[in-house]
Amino acid sequence: MTLPNLDLPPLLPEIILIGMALLLLVVDMAARFRDARAEGSLMAGLTFASVLIAAGATAAGIGGGDASVAGVVLVDDLSRYLNLVVLLAAGLSVLLAWAYVPQFSRESSSFYALVLLATAGMMFMGKSVELITLFVSLEILSVSLYILTGFNRHQLASAEGALKYFLLGAFSSGFFLYGLALFYVQTGSTQLAEIAAQDSGGVLLLIGLGLLLVGFFFKLAGVPFHMWAPDAYQGAPTPVTGFMSVATKAAAFIALFRVLAAVPGVPVEVWGWAVAIVAVLTMTWGNFAALRQKSLKRMLAYSSIAHAGYMMTGLVAGTDALNAILYYLFAYAFMNIGAFAVAAMLERPTPNAPQDATIDAARGLFDRRPALATAMAIFMLSLTGIPPLVGFFGKLYVFGAAVSAGWAWLAVVGMLNSVVSAYYYLRVVVVMFMAPEDETSYVRSRIPAGAGTAIAVAVTGVLLMGLLATPVFVELGRAVIALR
Amino acid sequence: MAIDYLPILILIIVAFLFAAFILGLTWVLGPKRPNKAKDEPIESGMIPFTSPRQRFSVQYYMVAMMFILFDVEVIFLYPWAVKMGQLKWFGIAEMAVFLLILVIGFFFVWKKGAFEWD
Amino acid sequence: MLSFAWIILVFPALGLLINWIFGKRMGKSYIALVASAAVFASFLTAVGLAAGLAALPADARAVTVPLWSWIHIGDFQVDFALLIDPLSVVMALVVTGVGFIIHWYAATYMLVDDHHRELSLRMYGRFFIYLNFFILMMLTLVLANNYLQLYVGWEGVGVASYLLISFWFYKPSAADAGKKAFIVNRVGDFGMALAIMWLFFLFGKEAGSLAFADIFHAAEGAGAAAAGAMTGITLLLLLAATGKSAQIPLFVWLPDAMEGPTPVSALIHAATMVTAGVYMIARSHPLFEMAPTTMAVVAWIGALTALMAASIAIVQTDLKRILAYSTISQLGYMFLGVGVGAFTAGIFHLMTHAFFKALLFLTAGSVMHAMHGELNIDLMGGLKQKMPKTYWQFLIGAAALAGFPLLAGFWSKDAILYEAFLKSPLLWGVGIFTALLTAFYSFRAVFRAFHGDPRSEHAEHAHEQSPGMTFPLWFLVIGSLFAGLLGLPALFGEHVNVLGNWLAPVFADLEGEVHGSEGLELTLFLVSSGVALLGIFIAYARYIPEWGWAKALQRLFSRLQPVLENKYCVDEIYMAAIVNPLRRLAEGFYQLGDGCIIEGIVNGVGAVTVRAGGYVARMQTGVLGMYALSFFVGVVLVLLWFLLFVT
Repeated sequence: MTLPNLDLPPLLPEIILIGMALLLLVVDMAARFRDARAEGSLMAGLTFASVLIAAGATAAGIGGGDASVAGVVLVDDLSRYLNLVVLLAAGLSVLLAWAYVPQFSRESSSFYALVLLATAGMMFMGKSVELITLFVSLEILSVSLYILTGFNRHQLASAEGALKYFLLGAFSSGFFLYGLALFYVQTGSTQLAEIAAQDSGGVLLLIGLGLLLVGFFFKLAGVPFHMWAPDAYQGAPTPVTGFMSVATKAAAFIALFRVLAAVPGVPVEVWGWAVAIVAVLTMTWGNFAALRQKSLKRMLAYSSIAHAGYMMTGLVAGTDALNAILYYLFAYAFMNIGAFAVAAMLERPTPNAPQDATIDAARGLFDRRPALATAMAIFMLSLTGIPPLVGFFGKLYVFGAAVSAGWAWLAVVGMLNSVVSAYYYLRVVVVMFMAPEDETSYVRSRIPAGAGTAIAVAVTGVLLMGLLATPVFVELGRAVIALR
Repeated sequence: MAIDYLPILILIIVAFLFAAFILGLTWVLGPKRPNKAKDEPIESGMIPFTSPRQRFSVQYYMVAMMFILFDVEVIFLYPWAVKMGQLKWFGIAEMAVFLLILVIGFFFVWKKGAFEWD
Repeated sequence: MLSFAWIILVFPALGLLINWIFGKRMGKSYIALVASAAVFASFLTAVGLAAGLAALPADARAVTVPLWSWIHIGDFQVDFALLIDPLSVVMALVVTGVGFIIHWYAATYMLVDDHHRELSLRMYGRFFIYLNFFILMMLTLVLANNYLQLYVGWEGVGVASYLLISFWFYKPSAADAGKKAFIVNRVGDFGMALAIMWLFFLFGKEAGSLAFADIFHAAEGAGAAAAGAMTGITLLLLLAATGKSAQIPLFVWLPDAMEGPTPVSALIHAATMVTAGVYMIARSHPLFEMAPTTMAVVAWIGALTALMAASIAIVQTDLKRILAYSTISQLGYMFLGVGVGAFTAGIFHLMTHAFFKALLFLTAGSVMHAMHGELNIDLMGGLKQKMPKTYWQFLIGAAALAGFPLLAGFWSKDAILYEAFLKSPLLWGVGIFTALLTAFYSFRAVFRAFHGDPRSEHAEHAHEQSPGMTFPLWFLVIGSLFAGLLGLPALFGEHVNVLGNWLAPVFADLEGEVHGSEGLELTLFLVSSGVALLGIFIAYARYIPEWGWAKALQRLFSRLQPVLENKYCVDEIYMAAIVNPLRRLAEGFYQLGDGCIIEGIVNGVGAVTVRAGGYVARMQTGVLGMYALSFFVGVVLVLLWFLLFVT
């Protein structure tokens, strides 16, 4: 028999992350720690270092051509940029978690090991060109995230969110797997390249694609498969919420792209309309539900649903919109994790866990912490899509791609939705700058160094990527040119 | 084309009807003489002294989960062992990595006290 | 060849990053060193740029250095690019040169806070971060090659100004002053944004960008057809300029801005930022040239502002406020200059003003330190003996401001007045009368503060400041004495106007200027000298020997005193005419909001939206079964959709 071609060096970033995940467990077994804080710092430091190295290894490979490993994963520039999005989200979240996790848990090693595994799973998902690998990497990231969501065992909301996420996730995995099976039945292969080489579709392929889409929509929190998201996002520890709301979407979008590009004989109108309708439902639902939220975190959870809807708008434009979506993902990583990081600073500590921040907690924030309030204002304005911040360009590119692909009405719905979203984003700004401080206001007296760095990096990213919009966009366009 | 599958559909319907018919027949024909001893849940003939609706220790689930995890590991070992001759050193290395990951996990849960009952 | 231009922006950016990241560990002297060195390096770069430009033939002295492409949609493109031409280089030299000296001075000045307590390291670092940020933004503004980038810099310096005015944020007056500056400027910026949008709609398609050259070219192409629109656009730009440069009607924020630390007043609110409006008009001169109405408005706004602010300055007793009103007045001269089409003269005055006004403010800062924060000139007196160096520096600055013959301010003011006379003798009349007031109030400050006997405890015990604060000022003294030689009038020969020749390529497209006779020029020249000397003499007569006639003269004007002291009640008028009615209107709307009219019309859409939000949110019940049901319904719908296409 011929052994599979195992050319491992292109997978170095993933290997580093998984190796570090195991190392964290070993370190935890071998070492004794003074307290939760010391343990948390060591684990976070190691994790952050491995994320940095993985990002460096990825960045070094950009432009280095494609490499297929064992025929199941394809390391190309698209997947490298996905790596960077995911690693960016992971890095920022780890910085935020640095001082956050020891507040309620002594299990830092498991926490960071799971973060690393989830990250590796996402990175694999984005480069899978074989359906079983796709499913396995999806499960690796899902299972890790179920546990991370419920990581705060002392908080009912955390456990509740995790349970709901897990049960519905298992439900959706079933559909996903069924879809894969139908693909195999119809085409006799699990390789996307071989599936694409088939000349015609067929009933089972259509049903299979529908079921696969369901699985992806679930991960993207598309309406009506989104019901888990608000509970899970609100219940999860805030760094995890930021991480999964960005990175999971990134991986799912790229994987979905690869699948959609490979389906033979299904015209774009068929799946395009399904995606378009779900996109409209998703952004509308997310925005309207966010309007009345009192909890900052839940408001951001709904906003995250709405943003998934915006990104799906680009999906219908096919591969032409790939760089737009990549750009949006980078943009979203900066502004969304930044916003969650600030939200974490407003959480009142309780003996077990930090309490959810209400929007009112930000009252008079500008007077107390002008820098923090300014950062939050930048994130909010960027999420609304106000130029010259990065969120504006993200929407510009995504909607622009939709328009040029002939989906102008979809872009119009997207813009109308942005107007609705201005209401709840700007409310936060108004509360921070105009409302006088009262007993509901709260902000940590000391901003931990990690969280401060994360916020500073996010602000820089939001500003810089807005200023450098075109060069970044052009570079991302180069990365995806091979797919066209 | 669909007409080819008609016999299967008929078979399914017949199967349902037959099952329902038999169950209904026993319900109609069987004698019903309930008493206290009959209504009690069976515990291998022992007389139950507490309600069966009790909470189980979460350790049951832990052990069950660990069992499945490490049981699956063994399932992977069988095909590997069968093909060992062809896989050679590549196979050895692959399995070593696989086992290493599992062993680290095993020691980790052990250290964390997952196997201690109290 | 000038492609290295971008590093001029890198230095202040680096400076602020270093101080931001490592500031807490560096100590004050290193913070100040990094910040000042950054600005100095920018200054050297600007000198290099000037030399590079000079090496080019005159008609090729406009080099665009593209940095990166910012927005690119279809045929429309906005680049981040630096426009290196004689005008922008002059501005860059002034900003970085004067900026560097002010950084140097501030290194010592900012060691203590407004109450003479030691300033914390954190605040000290923050100050220099803001200052470097300001320089960065100001350079972005003056080196921009398109309106959008100009707008970025415009907003950026506004933010820096706001942060620095309310630097002593614990003082309510400082916080309020910052807010006031911000809001008043917002009115002007709104005009700027509208103007840019208008330009974009008018010429965006044709020009393909918002770059100055493209827009001007397109505007010329449109010619008379766009005359009406051009008037509108330039009036909006003028509104923006009046906001930033503190002209009627938006000048009210500048006197309050003196709440900021003195180096800030010198740098931002005297030498550089407030001149951005003048620069913007000069930069947009092809547009303004097409709108004669706007030009006349600019000239008259300038002249009236100059007069009004000077008249207020003669009764102020707060040293920094005198200087603030004087700044408004001098900016008025610059507006007068650009309004009558004398762009070179306007920029010339901008440059000389930067030197002597920065000098005056910084010496005022020294006085303020010596007087333990006291700024009332009625409580000073006799400082000449206590602080001789500061006295001489202030005196030279005041003489330059007063238009004392042969000093910097004299030449530049004279150039403006000469051109104004050619346009309209009435404008010249306003200008020359203002010059009299200027000479009077500047020497009133000199005589009241430095001569006579000390009139308070603090004045008794005042002492000279350390060399860290006095030494850098000598450079400004040199500028105040000799900068005027860069723009000698044609009276002295064909090619003696160095600045005029330098700027000639920028304003080459101007229609042939009307030239008066040499005799006229000489006459006006002598009149100006006489007026300046007269003003100084009146101040002397009133405050040193206190002659009777001078006092009588003052009594004659005493009727005006209350009006002047209340600054023409502009703040009160704005309060009564704009702010309060708006507030009442808002309250009215708010109360009506309970009624159905507003609810139905104005809030209708919003209310329905929010209410719909409530319904949507309520559908999230939290029951897992519901979630699964929703999921399953979704699956069924998706599958049904796909099955529709089964053929």
